[in-house]
Amino acid sequence: MNIGIEQGMLLAAVLFLIGLTGLLVRRDIVFMLISVEIMLNAAGLAFIVAGSAWRQADGQVMFLFILTMAATEVAVGLALIIQLFMKLKSVDIDRANTMKG
Amino acid sequence: MKELLWLIVALPFAGSLLLIIFGTRLSRFLCAIIGVGSVSMSAVLTLLVGTDFLCGNPDGKAYVETLWQWMNVNGLSPDVAFHLDTVSLCFIFVITFVGALIHLYSVQFMWKDEGLRRFFIYMNLFVGFMLTLVLADNMLLLYLGWEGVGLCSYLLIGFWYQDPANGYAARKAFIVTRVGDLAMTVGLFVLFLNFHTLNIQVILTAAPGTWPVGSGVALATAFLLLGGALGKSAQLPLQTWLPDAMAGPSPVSALIHSATMVTAGVYLIARTHVLFELAPLAMAVIAFIGALTLLVAGLAALNQHDIKKVLAYSTISQIGYMFLALGVGAWSAAIFHFMIHAFFKALLFLGAGIVIWALDEEHNMFKMGGLWKKLPVTFWTFLIGAASLSALPLITAGFYSKDKILWLSYASDKGSVWLWLAALAGAFLTALYAFRMVFLTFFGEAKKEPGQIPGLLMTIPLFVLAVLSIIGGFIELPGDLGHFTLFSDFIEKTLPVTAIAITGHYTEFALQCISAVVAIAGMLVAYIYYYNKPFPATEPRRNRLQQFLYLGWNFDLLYNTIIVQPIVFLSAIDKNDFIDKCYNGLAALTVQIHSLLSAMQNGMVRRYAVVLAIGAIITLTIIFYL
Repeated sequence: MNIGIEQGMLLAAVLFLIGLTGLLVRRDIVFMLISVEIMLNAAGLAFIVAGSAWRQADGQVMFLFILTMAATEVAVGLALIIQLFMKLKSVDIDRANTMKG
Repeated sequence: MKELLWLIVALPFAGSLLLIIFGTRLSRFLCAIIGVGSVSMSAVLTLLVGTDFLCGNPDGKAYVETLWQWMNVNGLSPDVAFHLDTVSLCFIFVITFVGALIHLYSVQFMWKDEGLRRFFIYMNLFVGFMLTLVLADNMLLLYLGWEGVGLCSYLLIGFWYQDPANGYAARKAFIVTRVGDLAMTVGLFVLFLNFHTLNIQVILTAAPGTWPVGSGVALATAFLLLGGALGKSAQLPLQTWLPDAMAGPSPVSALIHSATMVTAGVYLIARTHVLFELAPLAMAVIAFIGALTLLVAGLAALNQHDIKKVLAYSTISQIGYMFLALGVGAWSAAIFHFMIHAFFKALLFLGAGIVIWALDEEHNMFKMGGLWKKLPVTFWTFLIGAASLSALPLITAGFYSKDKILWLSYASDKGSVWLWLAALAGAFLTALYAFRMVFLTFFGEAKKEPGQIPGLLMTIPLFVLAVLSIIGGFIELPGDLGHFTLFSDFIEKTLPVTAIAITGHYTEFALQCISAVVAIAGMLVAYIYYYNKPFPATEPRRNRLQQFLYLGWNFDLLYNTIIVQPIVFLSAIDKNDFIDKCYNGLAALTVQIHSLLSAMQNGMVRRYAVVLAIGAIITLTIIFYL
């Protein structure tokens, strides 16, 4: 089964936009974190598709980096979310707006 | 022993520094010991150094001690060097001894004040700067001391800074004297341009060969230096700051605003006498200003009800006598009156300080009265001081010093009968206001009970000064009364002898009799009008003339109208001119941009994400399509 580079890239773009939209419209910080994960995976997919199209291993290597980065980002992000929840008793990101200019 | 001259100056500075660094950790007792001790040690050293200087030095040859070179810039190379001759010895003797007595007095006077440490810091600093001024070997070091005493005067007038009026008085003193100082600074520039040095002795030696008598540049220099002297010594037309300077504590008035700092102008003129001798017009102006000032201030003193204001105007008037003496070339008479005046005026201020202190900050003489039984030591010493101020004949020192000025203002080659008449009228006024003060304060019915009685710390200085106010005169007796000239011989080792145009013991004796009669007449008039008279315990009612004199001839109003208000008006216009608009506009623009940018920092994470996304899109668009 051969999937063309166009379809693969289109899927990655759609996934990225879904993630971005989620990030911009959701107020729940947990969902925002999930949206960021979706965007990261979309970028990773783009690398995989490109790597397979040009028959190079670099795309897979980049994906491994992104995977590692996503894991650490979730670890830090979840810790931040827990701290924020302890402080605000809520996961609404708009209530964490006390640092105004 | 002479080599210790530097220590006389260094000790008060060291005391001040010690109090600044460790003062907060020391008890009040130790602060007082350091404050009084440093100046007292200076006084003892002055005695030792002075004895050593005079022994085996019958000509009074000056002793110069160079410590180090201050700077060396393009030909200007002043040293930090001290010049000891008979004139500066006389001055440091008065500064350290009267200073030490006043420091001692201040311990009890200021004991309950929480600013005791600060007080001694300023006082020690003042004594240090004053000694620098009189011992300086060059004009620049003299100017350092000159400005230093001005600073300390400012700090001490505004000592009780919580009251805005005191702060105002302090600023006024600083600014008015600065007007004179500006003239003096320009004078120093002229001296440096002409002689390429600021060393006083070098200038004095070179000046007569460089400038002919009465030449324009000599006149200009003399007048510029005179400007500085007028400001510091509170003479017409720069006298307005001294009455307000009474806002400071009484010991400050005694030390700075009567005995020492205000006579710095007298010292400056005496020190640079050669320059003034080259400018006969300047000498005539000095004599005229002195005569005018002593009359103006004497009349103002007569209409005051605040005991310290009487003494303040009296100080202006007595320094007027010194200027009169300087103007007629009676150098040693001016220095003699300076010394005697320092004794009796310090005594009067300290006595007035006790009265005010005992009556719980009561300054109005009409609310005092009957104090002679309750404060006997203060009364007797104050009486001696007032008698000396009024020049009570034969027994008081003030008679001998003032009589010398009166005689020389007539008999000197620059003197005239008009100057003598002005001085004579001033002598009458002096006796009148001095005894008006004594009768109002110490006699009549008692209107207020003293709340506290002065202890030994306060009465010993009074006692010593009272003794000096009596016996100080016997070191210099006039030609017809013993002809004993210890003091003028001493001073005339440094300053020239007064040129006498009129001689004759009979004239001198006749003039002495007249001045003695006038002084006693002044006391009698005071006795008739003020002894045991029932005055209401309020501010006295004044008619318009008296009100005018009470306000010190309304000089404040005059200066306010012709100087202060135009400057305030101009600066109000100047605040909105074109250039200021540019800068203000720049500032306003910055504020606008700031509020715009700070509005973006709204703390909403999702907005930040939107901006980020839009930014990324724009960047990518630019990269791909441009």
